[in-house]
Amino acid sequence: MTSSVSDDPVAVGRKKLAVFKFASCDGCQLSLLSCEDELPALAEQIDISFFLEASSRIGTGPWDIALVEGSITTPEDEQRIRSVRRQAATVVTIGACATAGGIQSLRNWADHDEFLRCVYARPEFISTLASSTAVADHIPVDYELRGCPVDRYQLLSVLRDLIRGRTVRLPRHSVCLDCKRRGTVCVEVAQGIPCLGPVTHTGCGALCPAFNRGCYGCFGPSAQANTGSLIRTLAEGGLPEARRVALFRSFNAAAPEFRIDERAARSDIGSSGTGRGELS
Amino acid sequence: MPNQVPECTDAPAVPPAAEWFLPRDSLQALIECLQEDGYTVIGPVVDQEAITYQVISSVDDLPRGWTEEQSAGRYRLVRRDDEALFGYTVGPHSWKAFLFPPQVTVARADRSSDGRWEMTTPEETVPRHAFLGVRACELAAIAVQDRVFLEGPWVDPVYQARRREVFIVAVHCTQAASTCFCTSMGTGPECRTGFDLALTELEDGFVIQGGSDAGHEILERLDVAVAAPSQSAAAGSARRQAERQIRRHLDTNGLRDLLLNSLDDSQWDAVAGRCLSCTNCTMVCPTCFCSTVTDVPDLSGDHVKRERSWDSCFNVDFSRMSGGVIRNDVRSRYRQWLTHKLASWHDQFGQSGCVGCGRCITWCPPGIDLTEEVAAIRSHQEPIP
Repeated sequence: MTSSVSDDPVAVGRKKLAVFKFASCDGCQLSLLSCEDELPALAEQIDISFFLEASSRIGTGPWDIALVEGSITTPEDEQRIRSVRRQAATVVTIGACATAGGIQSLRNWADHDEFLRCVYARPEFISTLASSTAVADHIPVDYELRGCPVDRYQLLSVLRDLIRGRTVRLPRHSVCLDCKRRGTVCVEVAQGIPCLGPVTHTGCGALCPAFNRGCYGCFGPSAQANTGSLIRTLAEGGLPEARRVALFRSFNAAAPEFRIDERAARSDIGSSGTGRGELS
Repeated sequence: MPNQVPECTDAPAVPPAAEWFLPRDSLQALIECLQEDGYTVIGPVVDQEAITYQVISSVDDLPRGWTEEQSAGRYRLVRRDDEALFGYTVGPHSWKAFLFPPQVTVARADRSSDGRWEMTTPEETVPRHAFLGVRACELAAIAVQDRVFLEGPWVDPVYQARRREVFIVAVHCTQAASTCFCTSMGTGPECRTGFDLALTELEDGFVIQGGSDAGHEILERLDVAVAAPSQSAAAGSARRQAERQIRRHLDTNGLRDLLLNSLDDSQWDAVAGRCLSCTNCTMVCPTCFCSTVTDVPDLSGDHVKRERSWDSCFNVDFSRMSGGVIRNDVRSRYRQWLTHKLASWHDQFGQSGCVGCGRCITWCPPGIDLTEEVAAIRSHQEPIP
């Protein structure tokens, strides 16, 4: 049990938590369930009222904290997310789908009707939107936790802070800082491996470069990401335009700083060659 | 007592010591002497397609026959056509990581069952490091950090505890990278002060100099002979070769005033278009010393660790204060870094914060070169008539 100090916000009364899913793979909810060592302590401190991935209990609102996974892809989603907002004091979106539209936002660059005709025998039964968008495009969001999937320890620490009424602190620097803290040598400078680390939001602990891979950008754009400069750097390094576009067209493709369709085709890219090396 | 921490950077250099010759086969004996004295030896190794600094156990760990090519935004390991052990310049790591650790727990707080908080400073076993292969610019960088962490009104206990235990084996550069400009900053390429021992690598061995009592004590235990005039001459020639190879130049004439009088220069806008604000330059810089302190409670809230981590003026939130973020665009962050490093560092610490190692040029993904940025600003402010 936690201590019973009189000013302890936990002792005053447990806050109510709900976890909602929209268009997503459930991986971020599973990140919470993967906190096996911490879940019993968490369950003591917060009332898990609605979490279909974990329990058949269907509690009703209002809730103190709502975790929202997934992007908005149907007219019904548009209504339901507003209902969540109305019933939750604090809304925390979790993962690349909820914060940027997810991998399914690739539809934003394609013909939605054509997809429907090709995939479904009776497309007239399907009711979807032409685009996949972030939750924050529809409602005010209090905190956004990035990543595909989210970092479970960050999720836990945010819940811990919300439970205790502590200021939530969400670092937003680039992956490069984390690489350097752990002693990883820059894979782009030393090996010419295309890497999104310089424009990607912290959160993963700089996992991929530590395994000799470029950053895939799972955590979306870092604060004030200078995507244009990185694209020019990649182009000067010899990375073809199709590869440059593909680099950004993944889990966070629809994040504003990662939407490179217009920028990638710009004719000035690559014009100021510096004799830098090849990018493989 | 390991090498003296210099009182200030313009302290007189150690007088030219007698030069000795250490046969190539005896370098292992030097490493073993240090190990016998309880040192963990840190030296250059090939790792992650670069030459990095790590714990070594023997000469076999050293980057025998390797060098590197460096230019703005590019580093590649390259094979040499000889068996040189120190035939490279500087890589992505610096000795900073061993004196000013990237992450360290500086305090703990624990709440007992009666609600009382107890604050403690974690007891730690301070590592006893011998650095093997410290270059002249890196000696200068250590002196800069000594000034920052030890010689002001607030002494940093984490740095101080580590620094006291360090034994430094410097290695004179015998070649330069295209990114080197130590000659502009007056820090190299020759090692003049701040070492216990200094080596110049020749084909069949090393010309070795003592720079401290501890260094001379180690010399007495090694199989060294007084260096022959030809060996001393060869070492001098090798050192001069490094100096001759340096092509990059930073004009430091009036630099402090030039930069502080150019805060509205258009060059800051131009560089902001290229700068990724990714923090790489500050992280690889051997003198950048900024950090952030975070309290990390466990889930119960009863046990809190206070952690200090490397941070950077290129991180947006580094300038967050009660009123918000002070440097809220890339332009202002790059300007802050460069003007601090080359200008206001003088006001703060009585010297430049740059030692001319060139790491910030090599390890900047878009290849921003501070010597070019300064030259551009100078050309705007001091147009050639």
